[in-house]
Amino acid sequence: MHFADSRLGPVWDKVQRSERLSREDGALLFETQDLLGLGQMADAVKSRREGERVYFVINRHITPTNLCVLSCRFCDFARKKGQPGAYEHTIEDMVAMVKPDCREAHIVGGHHPDWPFEYYERVIGAIHAAHPHVQIKAFTAAEIDYFWRRWKIEPKESLARLKAAGLDSMPGGGAEIFSSRLAKLLHYTGKADPERWCEIHGIAHGLGIRTNATMLYGHVETLAERVEHLIRLREQQDRSGGFLTFVPLAYQVGTTKLVPRQTPPTDSLRTIAAARLLLDNFPHVEAYWVVLGEETTSVALHFGADDVNGTLEDERIQHMAGAQTPAGVAREQLFRMIRDAGKVPVERDALYNVVQVWGA
Amino acid sequence: MGGPDMEMGGPDMAPHTPLRSGHPGKAGAPLDCPRSAGRADDVRGKVAAGQRLTREDGRWLLAEAPLLELGALSQEARFARIPERRVTFVIDTNPNYTNVCITDCQFCAFYRKPGDPEAYTLTVDEVLARIESAASRGATTVLLQGGHNPALPLEYYLSLVRETLRRFPEVTPHFFTASEIQTIATVSGLTVGDVLDRLHEAGQRTLPGGGAEVLSSRVRARIAPKKGGPEAWLEVHREAHRRGFKSTATMMYGHVEQVDDVLDHWDAIRKLQDVYRGFTAFVPWSFKPGNTLLEKWIKHYQGPNMYLRMLAASRLYLDNFDHIQASWFSEGKRAGQIALHFGADDWGGTLFEENVHRAADYVNTIGVEEMIDLIRDAGFTPAQRTTEYDIVKAY
Repeated sequence: MHFADSRLGPVWDKVQRSERLSREDGALLFETQDLLGLGQMADAVKSRREGERVYFVINRHITPTNLCVLSCRFCDFARKKGQPGAYEHTIEDMVAMVKPDCREAHIVGGHHPDWPFEYYERVIGAIHAAHPHVQIKAFTAAEIDYFWRRWKIEPKESLARLKAAGLDSMPGGGAEIFSSRLAKLLHYTGKADPERWCEIHGIAHGLGIRTNATMLYGHVETLAERVEHLIRLREQQDRSGGFLTFVPLAYQVGTTKLVPRQTPPTDSLRTIAAARLLLDNFPHVEAYWVVLGEETTSVALHFGADDVNGTLEDERIQHMAGAQTPAGVAREQLFRMIRDAGKVPVERDALYNVVQVWGA
Repeated sequence: MGGPDMEMGGPDMAPHTPLRSGHPGKAGAPLDCPRSAGRADDVRGKVAAGQRLTREDGRWLLAEAPLLELGALSQEARFARIPERRVTFVIDTNPNYTNVCITDCQFCAFYRKPGDPEAYTLTVDEVLARIESAASRGATTVLLQGGHNPALPLEYYLSLVRETLRRFPEVTPHFFTASEIQTIATVSGLTVGDVLDRLHEAGQRTLPGGGAEVLSSRVRARIAPKKGGPEAWLEVHREAHRRGFKSTATMMYGHVEQVDDVLDHWDAIRKLQDVYRGFTAFVPWSFKPGNTLLEKWIKHYQGPNMYLRMLAASRLYLDNFDHIQASWFSEGKRAGQIALHFGADDWGGTLFEENVHRAADYVNTIGVEEMIDLIRDAGFTPAQRTTEYDIVKAY
């Protein structure tokens, strides 16, 4: 491989030998101006793992409530009781949101001040009973931690009970950026801290619950903090091994305006590529089309991403923050993003079982 | 994606190499044998040695090269030509003096036939009012073009040039594409050369490059039969360059063309450029099917990956062009930013006014400040330029 930035040569040597990259290598990946050199390395790794396959899922996002006891500064979504726009879904509402062709229900919401844990348990149980073929991916580590803070139910117990009710896997949200500096600055100290977030994912993995991991980037974090975040995820995966997918989340400026505008697409491509190279023990890296937009998502399939998420008929959180992409994109649009990149769309379920390989 | 759609849509089209934006590859292939090392090194060597790429090379660039490898090669060529991490832009506007047109191009959503209730033709004063508005916002280039309206006399066009220069000396009149020059010649009974001489006398020095579409007889016969073959466009630019005019070369792809049609286009403009060096830049953009006669044949837009491929391949193939323009306007701002890593060194203009893409329901707007921010965010240093690519102000 031929690099415009010759410092990438030794990194490529390591990648070819399947040798783990260091913190310093990670810093270089985020700093180099040779975006395409970085991308080519990540593409080689992605292609070795998955060939031309790119995954998607027919899914439904369900957000039970936007009432939240927290006030994270990057969040456009949370409301307090009585505020305009505040809502609480009933269990019947949520059961009705899941359509027959859906493979995955993705359930994430605010930290509700009063709902008992049993309500969440009943939500999972009711959806599972009504749609037994739909895999349920629900509740971030931050929510599981909140069940402890609010109701003193240990994660091991809450996760075991949710699993018994029908939970299949856990989404990766609530990680934000692993940094005590930013937790203070952006007022998310009331949320599971990095140790706790990792601990809960470890417990889930121990119970046989596969999970995802996210990173909220493109606001006021440093590049070193991104590298640190990825390395902590890699270490946790070494310990517990249950992560399926890393999902980098580009911060949506919306009305919270921590920065004047969304981080550029080139930064998102860089982040996806660097993650693919650093997270050598993660099966999948996602280009989440709702936050990236269709064009960047399609190009990202050449920068190490092997998943675009899904049809997600509802995505209130990102949309309240002004994400530009239309909600409810159909399967055909996902095909276009994938096929424009010359890749093969593979429909999956929440656990990456292949539902159908579609034509290129 | 382009291949199958185009085959489906293009009646009478012989099967040729389809355009593709991806590349083949298999899971489990060893990492240490890049899929195309030989070809890429071959192209790299030729580019470094200043050796011209062949048509066979061009086919590899357009149909087979892995996208990022192609992009990296194009960046090497770009920095060899323009070593600074500079990306230029122009403050401009793109008004239209008439939408009356007798040419019936299948890809056009903008034109109206003479007598249509929505047909319009602006007077010289009305055009100047629009130029004044753009000039007051800092425009240095006015790209003026319109339909082929047989009712307009030569004097109309000449007074647009003269009056613009008289009233707005800071503005470069970048007026009339090749097919309009052809129309003026026909209507006034003059040759193309005569018309260009008259415009030159009036003070015009540059021409926009629109209307090229794809310079292949096969493609033009299919989508713009009344515009004439490639020679109609080439004749105007040849005669213009011979008289000292500068112009741009455009290409609108993503409809019925195949790889060899694109290479026909590039061969033709590269050959002309060898003679007069009159082209300032190459500007590709993808066809937007909304509200056009072609819409029923071509259902999908060509996406960002093909756009990046076109830019990168043109940077390598058009070895005698200084500038390759990324069009934030037609491809979207995000694709425009990514394009700066795929061989492009110019970001087009502000286009204060634009009506042609708008007619196809495709709308994008930008201000100077945002343009500067977006170029910087993509990792480059913005610089304002003139119509002829001289730097006005570096940021």
